[in-house]
Amino acid sequence: MIRLEKRPQPSRAFSLATPLLAVLATMVFGGLMFALLGKDPVTSIITIFWQPLFGEFAFYYRPQLLIKGAPLVLIAIGLSLGFKAGIWNIGAEGQYIMGALFGAGVGLAFYPLDSFIVFPLMVMGGAFGGWIWAMIPAMLKVKFGTNEILVSLMLVYVAEQFLASMSLGLMKNPEGFGFPGSRNLQQYESAFNADLIEGSGMHWGVVAALIAVIFAYVLLTKHRLGFAIRVTGEAPRAARFSGVNPTRLVLFCLGTSGLLAGLAGLFEVAGPAGQVTIDFNVGYGFTAIIVAFLGRLHPVGILLAGGLMALTYIGGDIAQSQLGLPAAAIQVFQGMLLFFLLAFDLLTNYRLRFGRTEVA
Amino acid sequence: MKLTKLLTSAAIALGLATAAHADGHEKTKVGFVFVGPVGDGGWTYEHNQGRLAVEEEFGDAVETVFVENVAEGPDSERVMTQMALDGADLIFTTSFGYMDPTINVAKKFPDVKFEHATGYKRADNVSTYSARFYEGRAIQGHIAGSMTKSNIIGYIGSYPIPEVIRGINSAYIHAKKVNPDVQFKIVWAYTWFDPAKEADAAKVLIEQGADVVLQHTDSTAPQAAAQEAGNVITFGQASDMAQYAPTPRVSSIIDNWAPYYIARTKAVMDGTWESTDTWDGIGPGMVGIGEITDAVPAEVKEQALALKESIASGAYHPFTGPINKQDGSAWLAEGETADDGTLAGMNFYVEGIEGDIPQ
Repeated sequence: MIRLEKRPQPSRAFSLATPLLAVLATMVFGGLMFALLGKDPVTSIITIFWQPLFGEFAFYYRPQLLIKGAPLVLIAIGLSLGFKAGIWNIGAEGQYIMGALFGAGVGLAFYPLDSFIVFPLMVMGGAFGGWIWAMIPAMLKVKFGTNEILVSLMLVYVAEQFLASMSLGLMKNPEGFGFPGSRNLQQYESAFNADLIEGSGMHWGVVAALIAVIFAYVLLTKHRLGFAIRVTGEAPRAARFSGVNPTRLVLFCLGTSGLLAGLAGLFEVAGPAGQVTIDFNVGYGFTAIIVAFLGRLHPVGILLAGGLMALTYIGGDIAQSQLGLPAAAIQVFQGMLLFFLLAFDLLTNYRLRFGRTEVA
Repeated sequence: MKLTKLLTSAAIALGLATAAHADGHEKTKVGFVFVGPVGDGGWTYEHNQGRLAVEEEFGDAVETVFVENVAEGPDSERVMTQMALDGADLIFTTSFGYMDPTINVAKKFPDVKFEHATGYKRADNVSTYSARFYEGRAIQGHIAGSMTKSNIIGYIGSYPIPEVIRGINSAYIHAKKVNPDVQFKIVWAYTWFDPAKEADAAKVLIEQGADVVLQHTDSTAPQAAAQEAGNVITFGQASDMAQYAPTPRVSSIIDNWAPYYIARTKAVMDGTWESTDTWDGIGPGMVGIGEITDAVPAEVKEQALALKESIASGAYHPFTGPINKQDGSAWLAEGETADDGTLAGMNFYVEGIEGDIPQ
């Protein structure tokens, strides 16, 4: 008989090993699935994990990893602060959209003004848009005790309607022959979030993501607020005794995660995407939740997890086109990653016991 | 220092990549970028049928690759670049939102040919193509106007863009011709493919008395809703949706990309490919009309087929004056036909349609 026994202390070794085990298990079972689909499992796994990093055209894919990973990391860092404290912002996707709309709105309002000031103002607009959208569930929570999970999630759909409205109305490109979508900010130099070094994939969003990682690390390890976040998540009662103000903590965590999601949206719309369009959002806000947990809510972990997710996206697309793997199989593969992570997570707090259970 | 080296090697590799297929490798490689899953039963399904037709036509002489569910924006740009790097000679990008990414990637790969569906930006190595679906809408409108008993026709719009508005206008004009009392109720679903939303929209329209539901969204959910309600007729969209025939689906508009895809692939093989703008309708076979079932009275069916004939031969244009705009101002004079420019950017309803185009 196998049974689970609660560990007296969470296992530190397993806490670190879980993500690696999850990746390994995903490779094994993902490979099995690919084999069942009639594809060579080894080639498939190599295509997904190796090609983007070290394959023939890695010079192109490596910068793409930064482009794909940066918004994930930026959003996940913000989310992780709240998640640590038991404050669940599920609506980063909506904050991402609103950040993009506010930021792009600022840029489009200045068009065609050529000035260095445009982009910084857009960044502020983007941060504000994400922040204010997250403040709605935050205020409702602290004033009326509403559930921030539901409110923030529902606001995603509201934000999507705003996005559709903006693409079709106010922000529609006047030179777009009546088609939806804004002007392309890539063609408006003052607003364009270009690669800092051409072709490197290093745009301001990547820089912001790296800065966010460092700030979060310092905050959590050195700052009193970081202590408040950790203690609230681990022992809410103790937190209250130690003088943590829960209202301020809710406002801070939701506000910060909204702000970072908004920034991610702005950097995306002003850079790689270029345009406000109806389908601008592609799910970064939701995927970032996976990234945050995959990274163990630890800033450095999130950085690595963001890179890993980006890798499976890029490698997944390569596998689709080179090997004819269906998109659904790639999605299952990504789903496995989270599933195994959660499954192995059990071993951090429990251990397996083999042998007969004694009758109590 | 290291980065400069990296970029130089990148440039060389790009050069190699393009040179490799300029001198003609054995197989012509054709890439397809799809916005939805190939099993959507509508838009992407038909593009994939076109891809399969290319494979069938040329057999071992071609290799086709595709990536499905590609989000518009940077993801699509990456997928296209990847296909070009992997040696594709011709790439079809099959969604309007791929327009700027297609142009961006085409700049980097001057020797690769690109074909962008439903857009308006072209380059030396970028063609555009689309289908005159509004021709099919005219036939739908005719059947709908003839068959409605409640005189209320429901219309599920996807997004209020010229493509969709053109379809509404065309259907309305031809429904009105055979039935002056006809009224259109339009619901905007703000999606191309979302069975749940589409079913809701269909139910709302049926509750409001519509006994004909037209759709510009790609799933079969409205057909299912109509079947459940009974006494409501529908038309297949993008794909034949024959599983709902003979009722509620009484006919359909089918996107038939196969002839175009075969012709363009052939042109690349022969080295005769040139940047063009193609907007084909029923005549050249890009728009197909699915079988009109026996649920439609024989007389109406005959008229519908005659209408199809006259559109196909070019004898009749679905937008022939006199037509006024919704606000009553004159658009087309007696006998005048709409020019392609106005049609391409159509952002107004014709006279008689109620409601505003959402902004």
